[in-house]
Amino acid sequence: MNRHEDAPQFLWAGDGAVVIQFGNDISPLLASRVHRTAGALEDANLPWLTEVLPSYRSVLAEFDPRLISPTAALEALQDTVNAIGIPVQSGIDGGRAGKEDEDENAVVTIPVCYGGEFGPDLADVATHTGLSPEEVIALHSEPLYLVYMIGFTLGFPYLGGMNPRIATPRLATPRTVVPPGSVGIAGSQTGVYPSASPGGWRLIGRTPLPLADPSADPPCLLRAGTRIRFVPVDEPTYYAMGGDQ
Amino acid sequence: MMANVLEVTNPGPLATLQDLGRSGWMKYGVPPSGALDQEALAVANLLAGNPEGAPGIEITYGNFTARALAPLVAACAGAWAPIQVDGVPVLPWAAFSIASGQVVSIGAPAWGVRAYLALRGGIAAHPVMGSVSTYIRGALGGIDGRGRALRAGDLIATPDPPASANTAVVPAAGAAARAVAALAKRQAAFASAHSSAPTSAPAPASASAPAGRAISIRVVMGPQDDHFTDAGRRTFAGEEFTLTNKADRMGLRFEGPSIEHARGADIISDGMPPGAVQVPGDGVPIIMLADRQTTGGYPKIACVARVDLNLLAHLRPGDRIRFVPLSAQDAHEALKQEYAASRTPGRAFRIKIDGVEHVVTLFELE
Repeated sequence: MNRHEDAPQFLWAGDGAVVIQFGNDISPLLASRVHRTAGALEDANLPWLTEVLPSYRSVLAEFDPRLISPTAALEALQDTVNAIGIPVQSGIDGGRAGKEDEDENAVVTIPVCYGGEFGPDLADVATHTGLSPEEVIALHSEPLYLVYMIGFTLGFPYLGGMNPRIATPRLATPRTVVPPGSVGIAGSQTGVYPSASPGGWRLIGRTPLPLADPSADPPCLLRAGTRIRFVPVDEPTYYAMGGDQ
Repeated sequence: MMANVLEVTNPGPLATLQDLGRSGWMKYGVPPSGALDQEALAVANLLAGNPEGAPGIEITYGNFTARALAPLVAACAGAWAPIQVDGVPVLPWAAFSIASGQVVSIGAPAWGVRAYLALRGGIAAHPVMGSVSTYIRGALGGIDGRGRALRAGDLIATPDPPASANTAVVPAAGAAARAVAALAKRQAAFASAHSSAPTSAPAPASASAPAGRAISIRVVMGPQDDHFTDAGRRTFAGEEFTLTNKADRMGLRFEGPSIEHARGADIISDGMPPGAVQVPGDGVPIIMLADRQTTGGYPKIACVARVDLNLLAHLRPGDRIRFVPLSAQDAHEALKQEYAASRTPGRAFRIKIDGVEHVVTLFELE
C-alpha cells in the first residue's frame, strides 16, 4: 500500500473512518505533516467529512456513510492529501521542519506561578533531579513547546520539547482532584490541566489563563500544532491575571 | 416559551438526555457522546412526531418513573421494557398518550439495556457544542449543561408549549416501517441471547452466567491488525468473548481467550474511531463507544461496522459475542441494505410480542 517510504499510509478504521499515517515515531517533522494534512482537510470543506483528528503521527478522518461510500471517501482523501505535496525528500530534517512550523504558528505564552501552593511537587522534582527549584523553573520555562495533539479531556495538550533533565516519574498515588490550570510533569512529558480532574502528574505550578471553555468557539485555547512557552509570574501577577476566580 | 411537562420521580440506575451527539469536536478532546442506539432514539422521535435527532431520555436498565405535568404524546424504543401509564401497560416501540398527572414507568427490560423515551415537541436543554447529549466524564451537556445525569425531582421541559389541545397520535411518515425493521433486528440479536430473567441492574459476569446464543458483531479489520500475530487474529475472529461488568457509555470490556500481540501492546497514541476494538496487554478486547476518550495508546485490531454499532448499546454482562470480519465496502453495502429495507414498503419482518411471533408487512398509504 506504501509506494514511497515517506508517503502516508491509508488505513481503514471501520467503514466510516480512515487513518492517514505518516510514520511510526514522535518528531516535529511528522507533526508538521500531520498538522498540515489536518489543516488541508478542514480547509477542503468536504461535506461528508465529520471529524478530523490529528495525533502524533496520523490523522483520523471520519465520514458520514449516508453521504459517501468508504471507497469514494478513501479516494477523495488520497486526492486531497496528494494535492498538499507533503515533502517526501528525506533531506529535510526534523529541526528544519520544526522551524518552518514555528514560523507558521503563533506562539502562545502561558504565564505560570511556579511552586508554593500552586506547585506542591516542585520540591520533589528538584530532589529527584538533583536540581534547585529555581533551576527546575528555569529549565521548564526555557523551551518552545509543540502541541502534538489534544486529547484526554477538553483542551488537554500533549506537549513535546521538555528538557529531559527535569523528567520525574508520576506520583505513586494519583490525586483525586487536580485544580484547573495546573502545570505538571509525568516522566518525560509536561502538560497543563485545562479543567479539574483526577491525575498523577507532579504539579510544579499553575496558570491563571483559562485553557478551556465549552461555551466558546473554539472551546479551547490550544490546538494541535500550536507552539507554547511557559513564562514564570509571581503570585500577585497570578491573581491580577484572574487566577482562581 | 418553555413549559415543564414531566417530573422525573425515579431515574433508575442511569438516565441521561441524549440526542445524536456532537460532531467535529474530537480534535479538541471531546468525544461525540449521543444515544448509544441512535436508530432507537430516531425511531422513538419519529413515532412521537419529532425530527429524528431531537433530544430524548436514554434509560439504562429501566426502573424509570416520571409524572406528566401536562398532556403528553410519548414513544419509547430500544430495549424491550414494560411500559405502564398509571399501571396500565402500553406497547413499547409505539406512541402513547399520558394525561396530566399520570405516571409513566419504564420497567426492567426483557432484552436489551437502553430504552429511549421521546416526548412530542422534544426536550429543552441548553446545547453545548451543538448538542444536548450528556457527557458525564467531561462534565458537558445534559439537563444542566454540565454533564449531570437525571435525578428525581428534575423537571423536563419542551421547547414550545406542549400540544395540550391536540394529543392525537400521528407519527411521521415511514416511522412504523423503521420501527418494525429496527425492532426485528434487535429481537433477532437479543431475544434469545438474553435468556436470563429480566434484571434491574447489570449482573456480574461469571462462569455461571446463563449461556445464551453468541451475538455476531461485524467488524472491519484495522487500523492496527498488523500489531497481532496470525494466531492472535485467528483468536479474534474465531473465538467467542464474554462481556464483563465493566460496561458503560465509554466502552465494553470483554473476557475470553487472549489475543496475541506481535510486538507489544503499546502504540503511539492516536485517534479513536467509533467502535474501535482495542486490545491492551492482557489480550482481551475493549470496544469503545460514544463517550470514549478521543485518543488511545493500545493497538486497535478492528472497528465495529456502522451497521452493528447500535447493537452494542444492548449488550449485557455475561453476553457472548463473536467478531465477524468483512471489508469496509461490504460493511457499507450491509448498512445500505439495512437502510433500504427499513424504508421499503412491502418488506416483511418477523417480530415477537408477548411471546407470539408476528410477520409484519408494511405499506405506506398515499
